[in-house]
Amino acid sequence: MSELVPEPRQKPVVPMKPMGINTSLLGYIGIDTIIEQMRKKTMKTGFDFNIMVVGQSGLGKSTLVNTLFKSQVSRKSSGWNREEKIPKTVEIKAIGHVIEEGGVKMKLTVIDTPGFGDQINNENCWEPIEKYINEQYEKFLKEEVNIARKKRIPDTRVHCCLYFISPTGHSLRPLDLEFMKHLSKVVNIIPVIAKADTMTLEEKTEFKQRVRKELEVNGIEFYPQKEFDEDLEDKTENDKIRQESMPFAVVGSDKEYQVNGKRVLGRKTPWGIIEVENLNHCEFALLRDFVIRTHLQDLKEVTHNIHYETYRAKRLNDNGGLPPMTVETEENHESNL
Amino acid sequence: MAASDADGHLQNVGCRTLSLSAHVGFDSLPDQLIRKSIKHGFCFNILCIGETGIGKSALVSSLFNTDFEDSPSTHFLSSVRLRAQTFELQESNILLKLTVVKTVGFGDQVNKADTYQPIVDYVDAQFEAYLEEELKVIRSLFSYHDTRIHVCLYFISPTGRSLKTIDLLTMRSLDSKVNIIPVIGKADSISKAELQEFKKKIMSELVSNGIRIYQFPTDDETVSEINTITNGYLPFAVVGSMEKVKIGDKMVRARQYPWGIVKVENENHCDTIKLRRMLCTNMEDLKEKTRAYYESYRRCRLEKLGCRDLGPENKPVRIKQRAAELLTFLNFSLQEVIETKRLEFCLEVERKEEEIKQRFVQRVKEKAAMLEEAEQQASMPVCLEFVLTKFEHLTLMHQEEELKLGEEKKRLEDEIAQFVEKKAITESIQSQVSVSTPGVSLKKKGLRKVSAGTSHQRAMRKFFTFTFITQISVIF
Repeated sequence: MSELVPEPRQKPVVPMKPMGINTSLLGYIGIDTIIEQMRKKTMKTGFDFNIMVVGQSGLGKSTLVNTLFKSQVSRKSSGWNREEKIPKTVEIKAIGHVIEEGGVKMKLTVIDTPGFGDQINNENCWEPIEKYINEQYEKFLKEEVNIARKKRIPDTRVHCCLYFISPTGHSLRPLDLEFMKHLSKVVNIIPVIAKADTMTLEEKTEFKQRVRKELEVNGIEFYPQKEFDEDLEDKTENDKIRQESMPFAVVGSDKEYQVNGKRVLGRKTPWGIIEVENLNHCEFALLRDFVIRTHLQDLKEVTHNIHYETYRAKRLNDNGGLPPMTVETEENHESNL
Repeated sequence: MAASDADGHLQNVGCRTLSLSAHVGFDSLPDQLIRKSIKHGFCFNILCIGETGIGKSALVSSLFNTDFEDSPSTHFLSSVRLRAQTFELQESNILLKLTVVKTVGFGDQVNKADTYQPIVDYVDAQFEAYLEEELKVIRSLFSYHDTRIHVCLYFISPTGRSLKTIDLLTMRSLDSKVNIIPVIGKADSISKAELQEFKKKIMSELVSNGIRIYQFPTDDETVSEINTITNGYLPFAVVGSMEKVKIGDKMVRARQYPWGIVKVENENHCDTIKLRRMLCTNMEDLKEKTRAYYESYRRCRLEKLGCRDLGPENKPVRIKQRAAELLTFLNFSLQEVIETKRLEFCLEVERKEEEIKQRFVQRVKEKAAMLEEAEQQASMPVCLEFVLTKFEHLTLMHQEEELKLGEEKKRLEDEIAQFVEKKAITESIQSQVSVSTPGVSLKKKGLRKVSAGTSHQRAMRKFFTFTFITQISVIF
């Protein structure tokens, strides 16, 4: 993958006469108004965000998504009715909502995958998911290659995939490894330990360490990927997240309870109330801050600049078995020179 | 619904608006985006078209309040050329890569028929470069330095009358490719009253000729008022100055005349500050419009290649076919690139050949001169004697060896003669005694033959080596 993936965000090359004089401005010009202009423009056009949740049924995926976005974005499957059939294959259900906060409009699409890992034989159950992701890339590519293009191509590509790990306390299951191995190359995967209230603190840290180790041993690059760290600042920040916090052990809930005079989201048990947003109880707040408040734009950019470009390069290369463009030109150049 | 606009913002039909029960936090999204953009840096490209000496460099310096080093150009260029310079400006924490492209020699030629063509070609070339990058299989659009021209400042001469034909022609050929902002250069040579008349005349001429100039956007309420007012000031009457004059206790950019000082930053004196404000506050919009121009350029270009969105039977073109078309496009353009490179290379080779030839001729001359010098030097008596004695010695040696050789030759010839005689005799004996003992006599003959042959060979070898040696000694 590293051969096809272009080095992201290199220093821009100036093709013209190199007069890179660093001139210092005397007096105020007004260049910094460009920030305001940008802000206004983005507020007007709004944002798209597509998040996919993958995991076996009963791990609390829908609850977590509802807690993340503080609204009923996902309809929970309320228990198994005898009449309801367990889906034979993995289904892909995408539901879109428009939410607004502070003047910022976001079109949020939650892609649910009921039936994942639920069959007896779960071989290749990631294939429908991979197919769906590639279909979205295909749609985008088709729009991009059009002669008369839309000003803003609708973005349905999956920006983030939350993978729910069952809190066994032992290690990752083979299914988890297989899925993540296949999909970490096409989409940003964020592993999440579901129903973390079943583990004590020590068990939690041990489990996390083991999971991290296993992921590393199997060469699974989850988001934030090491190779896409731009500069030192990003690297230190992301390293900290990668090595300490991930995978996030979360608890989801959409019910509110009264604790110490405040209304908090939580789960009520005979032995106490587990507060979702309390960092001592679980890492939901970390996950929320990570995905929404700091890295949302980055998730989109990595999807657009890296995963989509890889898909595009592969797709255009497959055509007619033509060799990659760059190689051809190099050969031509060599033969000429 | 608020979010469903023409660009297909909403896709799923079942998209409903949800209300949030608490603070989620994605209102920091614009900030995230801005942070990333600041890290990446911004770029802006300005094209200045105007006659030589109309004040392009001065205006750019005044607009960005820095001193861009640039030497004034001559009036005697045979064709219009474009000179591009890139500067990195920084204000607070924002890095702007500003590229200023100026025309050199515009309007100087006697025959101005083709003056605008190089400019149009340049603008198209920037679009072409971007299109090529976009069509590559492995591309890096994120880190690509965008060289497309975002705004074109067209300098009008302050005649006070009307637009010149060349102005109209140039602007008309560019108005579908760049955002044009007309400015009146050296506006301090027109009085206020004349200026108003002049501006009105220019605007009406532009309208009547159907030339589209850039209008500042008036759709956003916050800026629409200012922008409408500013639109009324078009074309901007600008004055630029590279020098600063001391007024009071400050150094201000101004032009000092015997009758007063024209301050560049005074809005009563000229419109330079207005232009600067407008450029800065509408950078994003200018870039948007440039993107739209680029799209139409792209469409024309690809359609010319025969690409269509709808194939036969009005079905949308399959992506494989489209990709193949684009690859052929890249092939064509790459072929052109290869051709030009090949031509360049051939020219380079020719040039190098010329160089080598000249160097060779030079060397020969030098060597001849050296030899002459050496000869002259050698005419000194000591050297001559030395040379002469050597020469004599060598000739003596040569003669001796020749004699020796002559003797050897004679001896060998005698030997050969003897051998021939002996051969004749033995042959006669042979014919007589052929029946009795053939083997022995043959052997004897063979031996003698061999011995004679080898001695003969040895002599020849000696002869040849000797001549070789003499030849070498002669050279020395």
